[in-house]
Amino acid sequence: MTILLAALALALLGLILGGLIGFTAKKFAVETDPRIEEITNLLPGANCGGCGYAGCADYARAIVEDGVSPANCAAATEENFQKIMAAAGQEAAKRERKVAVVYCSGDNHHAVHVALYNGLNDCRAAAALSGGGKGCRFGCIGLGSCARNCPFGAIEIRDGLAIVHSELCKGCGKCTEVCPRKLIHLVPADSKVHVFCNSLDKGPEKRKICTAGCLACRKCVKAYPELFNAQGFLVRARDGANITAEQVAEVKCPTGALQTVESHANLGKGKEGAA
Amino acid sequence: MNSHHLPLRPHRFEGGIHPADGKAYTTDGTIRIPPLLEKYQLVIQQNIGVSPLLKVKKGDTVKKGQQIADPVGNISVPLHAPTSGTVGDVHDISGANGAPVQAVEIIADGKDEWCEPMECYPDWRNTNRELLLARVKDAGIVGMGGASFPTHVKLSPPPEREIDTLVINGAECEPYLTADDHLMREQADRIITGAGICAKILKISCVLIGVEENKPEAIRALRTAAKGQKDIVIVPLKVRYPQGGEKQLIYALTGRKVLAGGLPMDVGCEVQNVATLAAIAEAAVEGRPLIERVVTVTGSPVADPGNYRVRLGTPVRKVLEWAGGIRKEVRKLILGGPMMGFAQSSLEVTVSKNTSGILLLGADEVRQFEAGPCLSCGRCVEACPMRLLVSTLSKVCENERYDLADENYVMNCMECGICTYVCPAGRPNVQHFRRAKAEIRALKRRK
Repeated sequence: MTILLAALALALLGLILGGLIGFTAKKFAVETDPRIEEITNLLPGANCGGCGYAGCADYARAIVEDGVSPANCAAATEENFQKIMAAAGQEAAKRERKVAVVYCSGDNHHAVHVALYNGLNDCRAAAALSGGGKGCRFGCIGLGSCARNCPFGAIEIRDGLAIVHSELCKGCGKCTEVCPRKLIHLVPADSKVHVFCNSLDKGPEKRKICTAGCLACRKCVKAYPELFNAQGFLVRARDGANITAEQVAEVKCPTGALQTVESHANLGKGKEGAA
Repeated sequence: MNSHHLPLRPHRFEGGIHPADGKAYTTDGTIRIPPLLEKYQLVIQQNIGVSPLLKVKKGDTVKKGQQIADPVGNISVPLHAPTSGTVGDVHDISGANGAPVQAVEIIADGKDEWCEPMECYPDWRNTNRELLLARVKDAGIVGMGGASFPTHVKLSPPPEREIDTLVINGAECEPYLTADDHLMREQADRIITGAGICAKILKISCVLIGVEENKPEAIRALRTAAKGQKDIVIVPLKVRYPQGGEKQLIYALTGRKVLAGGLPMDVGCEVQNVATLAAIAEAAVEGRPLIERVVTVTGSPVADPGNYRVRLGTPVRKVLEWAGGIRKEVRKLILGGPMMGFAQSSLEVTVSKNTSGILLLGADEVRQFEAGPCLSCGRCVEACPMRLLVSTLSKVCENERYDLADENYVMNCMECGICTYVCPAGRPNVQHFRRAKAEIRALKRRK
């Protein structure tokens, strides 16, 4: 009898409380837009922050509530991007794919080492101390702060130089934030040729500390003035210039600083470990 | 001993170590005067704060001691030509911490002629203190112990702060360096005069000079120079690194503790280095600006180590030549002492107002190591003179948790180098903390 009473009392209590919960859930429900969840699921979920928001969910909220363009997400696939546009009710827009390039070719075989760096394995810490072991004060330090900060594993440190695997790069820009030398740039994915040097030193100075630096000999500028632009002791490809691999081969850059993204990605292959 | 501020039994600060001192290389001998160079590369910003503005241009002729850069704002000091000659190019050279810095070239004419001298105040006791303070600024004087903070700013504390004691750092606890030791032996009079001038500017009477016991000659010389001045007390201190740390020195001499994040003025003290005082005396009594300083050139690879009165802007390469060159393989070149100095990768870096030493270390004296994981052995915690939880800090900094580092008082780290020195795992603790401090400062600026 006692046990039956106890069971009844508990069941009654459960019913009352359950009803109360059900009532409050209905009464005080927070209205959320179902599109936010839908878009959050379509976003890549890496929470890389490249869009400028606190993460994918926050960005999804901004897209739906503030009408922000989804084009700021560099990491979403094209298919998902179109779905997001549709879900957000925004008109279809073209998204330009950007990738990171490291404007330096100074791997351990090209850059001259002036010191033995025996400190923290972090580019920013090395930059604050004496700039690592390489002689160039503009080039890649090669301790891999960018690689560790890449949410997509697209940067590899090979032979003391950061190499971007552009097929993995989503263009979120996380690497550019941590590089103390500011030599990683986001460029349109279809521009395949760059001058891979960041040094503003004078040509002869550069030559002493790196065999792959741009000497500003202007060979390329003379051959294709519409494609290249010399700025002091550094040449850059002009914005939007469509340069082909054949043109690079024809110019024959004496140091190889002018090269394709592909050949830069192959720098130091098979030479790992050598210093 | 001779003061009403007695008894003075120095306190023992907590933490600290006894590194091999290496001072024997340069303890003997006198300060040497090197020959004039053909040209000097004068770094334009030699003070913490705002860089002075260069007011000469290429081709201008300058006289020795002529002001060639004007201070910008209050936390800035002027710069003076180290010799007479013409102004050359302005270009980037490597600075002491590796980053390029702007330097102006002064091509010597060999005459070494002084410019129109500033007014001298031989009777400084009866000179207006405003005039003396202005002179400290006009002579381009900064803290020569290493911080290079403009001295005139330190000498003008906010009026509501009561300062009663001038603490003078003659400890020179940094191993290998003997520049201050030699300065105290040879120019004790100047240092005592400088102390008197600072005391007058600050309107205080109690002056305590702390000198480590391993410099008996310096202590004698200072006592002789201060004879009859009962307000100036020379206190021998136990040899212990970092006895010359600002907070440690104040505690040793007065028993007052500067709290975390605090300044010496919070406990009524003001700390000056002996080299700074000598420069102040020279500026006030003889009217000469700061254009040279004593530098210890030392280490086992140096053929003839010694102390040199080096003009600012002299490349390290030249100083080493004067010291007889290098007689064995060098593994490391350090500007400053081994504990707090900066390793260099170039001989072209030049002597500036805070360069107290040029130290070379041979291959047998430098350890190469791979930093291992923290063993939690606690040696760093025991030795940290700021009583920080170094092992915890080291780990949170390694994981870039700078918020936790801030909570654990990393900002109080004075980068004395002890934790790195004692670490059996070879962890670069100081570098971790220096980075953490920079990140935290940047974060606070952004907020």
